[in-house]
Amino acid sequence: MAKPRTTAGIIAALLVGGAVAVFAVVWRPAISPTEPPAPQSFDANLVKRGRDLAAIGNCNDCHTVRGGKAFAGGLPVPTPFGTIYSSNITPDPETGIGRWSEAAFLRAMRSGVDRAGQHLYPTFPYDHFINVSDEDDRALYAFLMTRPAVHAPAHANDLAFPLNQRFVVAGWKLLFLRHGTYQQDAAQGAEWNRGAYLVEGLAHCGACHTPRNALGAERTSASFSGGDVDNWHAYAINSLSPAPVPWDTEALFRYLRQGWHPDHGVARGPMAEVVSNLSSVPESDVHAIAAYMASVFGPPTQDHLRQASEVRAQIKSPPLELSPAHAAGASIYSAACAGCHETSRPLPYGGVNLGLSTALSAPDPRNAANIVLSGIRPVEGERSPIMPGFASSMTDQQVAALLGYLRSRFSNQPPWNGVEKAVQDARLTQTVFLQTSAGPQNAPADPMQRDKP
Amino acid sequence: MMTLKVNGHDHQIDADPDTPLLYVLRDDIKLNAAKFGCGLGQCGACTVIVDGKAVLSCVTPLLLLEGKQVTTLEGLGTIDAPAPIQRAFMEEQAAQCGYCIAGMMMRAQALLQKNPKPTDMQIRAELEPHLCRCGTHMRILRAVHRAARLMDTAELSSTTQGIVHGSAP
Repeated sequence: MAKPRTTAGIIAALLVGGAVAVFAVVWRPAISPTEPPAPQSFDANLVKRGRDLAAIGNCNDCHTVRGGKAFAGGLPVPTPFGTIYSSNITPDPETGIGRWSEAAFLRAMRSGVDRAGQHLYPTFPYDHFINVSDEDDRALYAFLMTRPAVHAPAHANDLAFPLNQRFVVAGWKLLFLRHGTYQQDAAQGAEWNRGAYLVEGLAHCGACHTPRNALGAERTSASFSGGDVDNWHAYAINSLSPAPVPWDTEALFRYLRQGWHPDHGVARGPMAEVVSNLSSVPESDVHAIAAYMASVFGPPTQDHLRQASEVRAQIKSPPLELSPAHAAGASIYSAACAGCHETSRPLPYGGVNLGLSTALSAPDPRNAANIVLSGIRPVEGERSPIMPGFASSMTDQQVAALLGYLRSRFSNQPPWNGVEKAVQDARLTQTVFLQTSAGPQNAPADPMQRDKP
Repeated sequence: MMTLKVNGHDHQIDADPDTPLLYVLRDDIKLNAAKFGCGLGQCGACTVIVDGKAVLSCVTPLLLLEGKQVTTLEGLGTIDAPAPIQRAFMEEQAAQCGYCIAGMMMRAQALLQKNPKPTDMQIRAELEPHLCRCGTHMRILRAVHRAARLMDTAELSSTTQGIVHGSAP
């Protein structure tokens, strides 16, 4: 008689223990709301530092929707699991973070839990922000709490059960959220370490450039091997980089700082907003990011260097013979593209010679299709690179023929598969992207503005 | 030699296949509504409709237009019988110098065919690629709303004048 009772007792103990464990993993307390702090209560220098950090973190990109107020959220972020809408991080007491204490903000950055104790979806990249220092988090808090408050209620996410239950995220964190993914390396210099701190933390480069597993977590074994964002391919930025000319510190610095580089072309798509933000932060931080990333790319191989010199030679004397298979694409290129892409007008106002285009050497035709269809929008009130989009003037077949030709002429890679399907998809997704993305906004034309918090 | 369909008529065009549509319209067919502004597809003055979509004719080479229907402002209405979009722009006095207006009307027309009752935000977003130095933007917005109402009325009285179909006028 004693035995079944013992078994029942063990089962009961396990159930209770399990429930306690689940509770411990899932439950997070609410942090009591505070009165929104007065903007004057923050130190102006702290706010200024927060402003630069927010630019490095690219916060405005996700937290601003086209036509909406800065940081008021509402941007639909497509994920394989459904659409998640960014939140309002202005200090509005009702719909923003106005009632969040600094402790609540730090907890959200650190562990992806909002003030009320709800788990946040990891589209908010707290798997990177976990590496941000307390000091930097405080500066970010000071910056955000001094922005104009905008009343903008959150848009409901479009997720299926069970992912629409936020407690599920607790399990995700148990599996994938790790402290200490970034460590100072004493063997490296101060600049490299600064770059590593920014890249692995606030700048969250891997969020786009690292591939994700079936559960949407970055595959740490394949860091920077290329990922996806908003239906664009974020290129591999390590030894697998498809760039025809290898990157180095100075090229990375110029590209990240000014948005283009003569050997690599112009940043566009989601990267346009990143470089737009980086144009306004301390130069030393951008250089640190470049120095660290150059070490992630690693020194170029002999093969890559030879390819680069071939590309340069080819730019000077393009081949004349044309495969008849690509006649239609070649005619479109010479009529619609070569006028800008094969002139002596230098970047960024002339088009890059497509021999230097990473898009055409990339593993899939998505980015090339996106850019042919939608072009490059001008930055409001600034001189900026431009390209007209051809979505309305070219059919899917015409774009596909063009891409097939460009791939064969300007890369040494095998032809892409499913180009026409990629063009159809790009047509659908680009329409959404261009309507929702706020687009790059460079620093205020008056540089004095930057000193004002 | 290539056949170009403009405003319902076939034109035999003897031009290089990479000639921009705008040059063919203005120089060969003598349709001058579409204007040359920047030549880079950035100002919208050259906009025409191709198969129902607004297209920047200055960066659209002839060879992309095989078998497609081109509509210019001249194809929408005449001075005696202006199309709803043209009437609306006149009634709202939406033109000042007028250089950008033909392009604005063409994109607005394409929008209204796709979306007969656009919101203010939708019109603003759609017309964003168009530059106007005179600053009649508010009148242009009103004109597009007015055109939407005029087209609505026109449809009720079962005339489709000013609505571009595959093989219009």
